[in-house]
Formats: sequence, C-alpha cells, structure tokens
Amino acid sequence: MRPILMKGHERPLTFLKYNREGDLLVSCAKDHNPTVWFADNGERLGTYRGHNGAVWCCDVSRDSMLLITASADQSVKLWNVQTGAQLYTFSFNSPARSVDFSVGDKLAVITTDPFMGVTSAINVKSIADDPSQQSGESVLTITGPTGRINRAVWGPLNKTIISAGEDSVIRIWDSETGKLLKESNQEVGHKKQITSLTKSADGSHFLTGSLDKSAKLWDTRTLTLIKTYATERPVNAVAMSPLLDHVMLGGGQDASSVTTTDHRAGKFEAKFYNKVLQEEIGGVKGHFGPINALAFNPDGKSFSSGGEDGYVRLHHFDPDYFSIKI
Amino acid sequence: MYVVDESAKPTKMRWGELDEEDGEALDFLLPPKQVIGPDENGIKKETGYKFNDDGNKVKITTTTRVRKLANARLSKRAVERRNWSKFGDAINEDVGSRLTMVSTEEILLERPRDHGAKAEETKIAGDNLAQLGIGGAVLMVCRTCGKKGDHWTSRCPFKDLAQPPETFIDKPASTETAMAASGATKGAYVPPSMREGAERIGGSDMRRRNDENSVRVTNLSEDTREPDLLELFRTFGSVSRVYVAIDQKSGVSRGFGFVNFVNKEDAERAINKLNGYGYDNLILRVEWATPRSN
Repeated sequence: MRPILMKGHERPLTFLKYNREGDLLVSCAKDHNPTVWFADNGERLGTYRGHNGAVWCCDVSRDSMLLITASADQSVKLWNVQTGAQLYTFSFNSPARSVDFSVGDKLAVITTDPFMGVTSAINVKSIADDPSQQSGESVLTITGPTGRINRAVWGPLNKTIISAGEDSVIRIWDSETGKLLKESNQEVGHKKQITSLTKSADGSHFLTGSLDKSAKLWDTRTLTLIKTYATERPVNAVAMSPLLDHVMLGGGQDASSVTTTDHRAGKFEAKFYNKVLQEEIGGVKGHFGPINALAFNPDGKSFSSGGEDGYVRLHHFDPDYFSIKI
Repeated sequence: MYVVDESAKPTKMRWGELDEEDGEALDFLLPPKQVIGPDENGIKKETGYKFNDDGNKVKITTTTRVRKLANARLSKRAVERRNWSKFGDAINEDVGSRLTMVSTEEILLERPRDHGAKAEETKIAGDNLAQLGIGGAVLMVCRTCGKKGDHWTSRCPFKDLAQPPETFIDKPASTETAMAASGATKGAYVPPSMREGAERIGGSDMRRRNDENSVRVTNLSEDTREPDLLELFRTFGSVSRVYVAIDQKSGVSRGFGFVNFVNKEDAERAINKLNGYGYDNLILRVEWATPRSN
C-alpha cells in the first residue's frame, strides 16, 4: 500500500478520530488547531481555530455535526464540524485530557489533569441540542484516582464510565452516582501508566495500551482480563479492527532518546496482532518518531496513524491484508 | 466522490505553454470537446482543440486513468459532506503547499519472521559442531545453515533466511562496547552514551570488562569479523564480549581476536571443540587468553 501523508500539523500528533461513516478524520496535535480531513484521499477540509494550547483529545457526534475537543489551555470546546465555528467553551481550572460523547450524544465525559494543587477529575457535562442553550454546569464530578486520568469512556448504555491513567489501574464508575464499581486486578493489570484505551465496535470489550510494553483486552462488564499482547515497545496508542480480529499497537521509544540510539532501536512501526491468538501478524513502518495516535476506519479497510514526527499517515489496506492467515 | 485521477498525460500541450492573451473570440470555430470512456480499464480520453501561436488548429488529447477505490460505499450524508466548503486554514491553502502527498515508498505489512525455523537452524548448527569435535578439522562449513561439506557460506541456499548481521547490534551492550572499541573501521556511529568508558546510568551494564573466561582465537582469516565470531562461539553458551583485532592503518583484521564467556564451562567446551577447527580455509587455534595457574 502507498500511504497518504498528511502534513497539516507543526507539532506531534496526539489523537485521531473518524466520524461514524468513516469519511472524515479529525486529527489533534500539540499545535493549537485540530484539523479535519477527507478520509479517502487525505484532502484537508478545514481547521478549528480557537484553542490556545495542545489539543489532547476529541470526539465527533454520531450525526457528524458536533465536534468536542479537550485542550491543555484548560478548556473544552464544542465546534460545528461543517463550518469550524466555535459553539461553546467549557472552562476548567486545569488542563483537559480526554473527552467522549455518550451514546446519544446527550452527555460528554471530560477528564482534567492534576494541576497547581487541583486534583485530577472526571466531569460529566450534559450537551444541549441547541448550542445557545448550552450550560457549563457539571452533571457529575468524580475525583479519587491519583495522577493523570489519560482516558475516560462511556460503558454500555451510558450506565458506567471506564477510566484509566497514570496509576495504571482501570476503574469502572457508576455514571449516575459517581460510585466506584470495579477496579482492575493489580496482579494481572498493567504495571506502568496506561496511555490509551479504546472500545470495541460493539462496546463489549476494550483494549488498553501501557508504557509497560503491553496491551490488554478487558471485558467491559466484569473487568476481567481476556488477553494480553506483549510487545517490545512502550505502547502509546491502540486500535481494534471493526472488521477482522485484529488489534493494532503503536508506540516506540521515548521521544527524548530517539537521537541517541540506532534508528532501528526506535521501533516506530504500527504492529498488528491477532486478537484471539495474541500472535503478531505484521508491522507497518513509516513514522520516524513514536506513534501517538492510531485509528481504524469504521469500515475496517483503512487506518491512520499519527506520530511524534507531526505526520498523519493514512493507509488503505491492500487486498491481501483481508486474507491473511496466521 | 470516489474517483481518483491517477495520471494525467497531456500529449501535446503543457500548461506553461498556454497562451494567455490568446483571442477567445475564435474559440467558437473549434470543434466541440469530446470525452470517450472511461472504459472497463478506467481509461478516459478527452479530445479538445485550440489555436496555437501561429493560428493553426491543434488537437489536444488527454488520457486519464480513473480508478475506483475498492468498494467504497458512501452514505448520502457522506456524499453531501464531500461538497462542504473549506474553512479555517484550509480556505487559503497555497496550491503548492502539498499538505497531502501520496508516499513515494511502497509500504508493506511486514510479516514477522518465522521464529520456529530459526531455532531449528541453530540447533542443527550445534549438532554439527558437536560432531566436529570428534571428527576434528573439517573444511567447508556453511556459517548460515551449519551444513558442512556441501557449500560455502556465500552460496548458502538459506542465506536470506539467516539472521541479518544487524541483529548483532541488538545484542547485549557489552558486545556493543567491544564493537565501539574497534568501531573506527566499521564507520557506524556509536552514541557517546554507548561508547566504552562512558558513564552508564542503567546499572545493569556497570560491569567492567571481565577478563575472566577470556578465550584467545588466533589464525583467523582477514574476512572474519566480530559478528562471525559471535555466531561461531555463541552456540557454546552466552558470550559477553567479542573482539577482533583490526590494524589501525590498513583496517584489515590482524588475524586474532578474543571471546569472553559468561561461564567458564562454556569457554572450556569452546576451546575443546574449536581448537583445530577449520574456518574459512584456516585452522583455528583457540586457547585461554590469560595463562592459568591451575
């Protein structure tokens, strides 16, 4: 395959998100402008201007009309996907790290970092149908985990919130009361910071990637460990194929030590594993910095990766990918 | 839009040659533009006419290949979105900015190496060496597959299956240090933190060069390099250091080297087996590097 290289960002990529139909791709980077691209040929559709800090995460509503972005400038913004107009700004007193729309797009979960004496928190905001009616009040605020919460997503039927972060523990919270329901087992769980978390297409299981050089597959309801994918690089990003039983891990050596070692030592490929057999299927090279973001197109026929090198690489799979036998 | 113009080949004219001040008034005299195809191979032909500088009618044929992306099924909403107008920084994008490029490099999904096969190979090699100990010196031993008397290393049918030499770099840091010591002729860059004598932060590599269990190998051929020696000796046990003496001026091997083993027993076995072993047309002499009291 000949990947399409998109050089719209001047700083490292942080997050990639396809819309539901998979025709648009939103990229977030440490420069201040999230960008939307056409996912078939990589043409840039527009940029969302208004943030004043690194943008860490984003989500697109089911109808592809509303974009929510979390930024280190202590704000979360709602945007009109089509025009790039800013609709609303949620202000916090610490950097926002992750956002996720609930099923139905009526709620959004936002995590904020520990900062200047403020502890990290998971905030639930309700999203109004009409942006002019939008309020900044939190429906629920959960505090408790120490350290940064790198990702929080909604569980099945919006009944739970799944969070993971620096303390390497995965927690499931009740989204009504904010009560802690489950905690991942320390014995089998990750040993280092969890950097990424992604749900399967049906939400029945989810995958976490960690700096302990492994990714783990968990059951959403019971929080039992299903599979472990061991690799030889710190994992920064994970993705699950919606089409085949494949998982994809990306990462690489810490950016600060890239120049001091052999170029092969970096391990900047995106690695594919068989979800069931936990065996490596292959690797896709290309980035010259660690991979920070990975996303599968909802049709499972293409994927994109974003790296510390500032590039988004969009790969349409060759036909032989779909017939790989292990 | 699920159509990509892959290659446009104007046969007669280039855009740079187009005449701007050309009188458009005469254009109605030209025959209408014709478009043929795209046919089953996706070839589309466009035929147009224009007047050139001398007032002569010129026929322009443009051949384009139209390729459909594999089974792209798009929803109505997605097609609608395709026609959205640009916004933000994308409005005044320079034509030449080339934000989106197709990689010139073909990237493949690289399948992992078959690990089972490699383990088997080394096992065979080990067996062969064991037989060698009994049989004495045997010439023509393939260093890749371990087969003896059949072919030379360079002719090995399994050459491309062999571990590439680069994996040597990934070996423990102590061997890297040895490489660095002789690295002048290799030309490979060794970062300061990896060079011999550099302060190590890790702690696991704090161990100084161990003169214990050091084996001297003499009568090496000029072509023998450290990876070759490592390949030869690591079948006996874990090797902590390999060094081949290289002449500073000429860059040619001086024909001897040292191998350090982690375990004394392994070193002893290596000496017993490899002393007198035929390697690259020469008979190796393998002995303890330092005279031993016992």
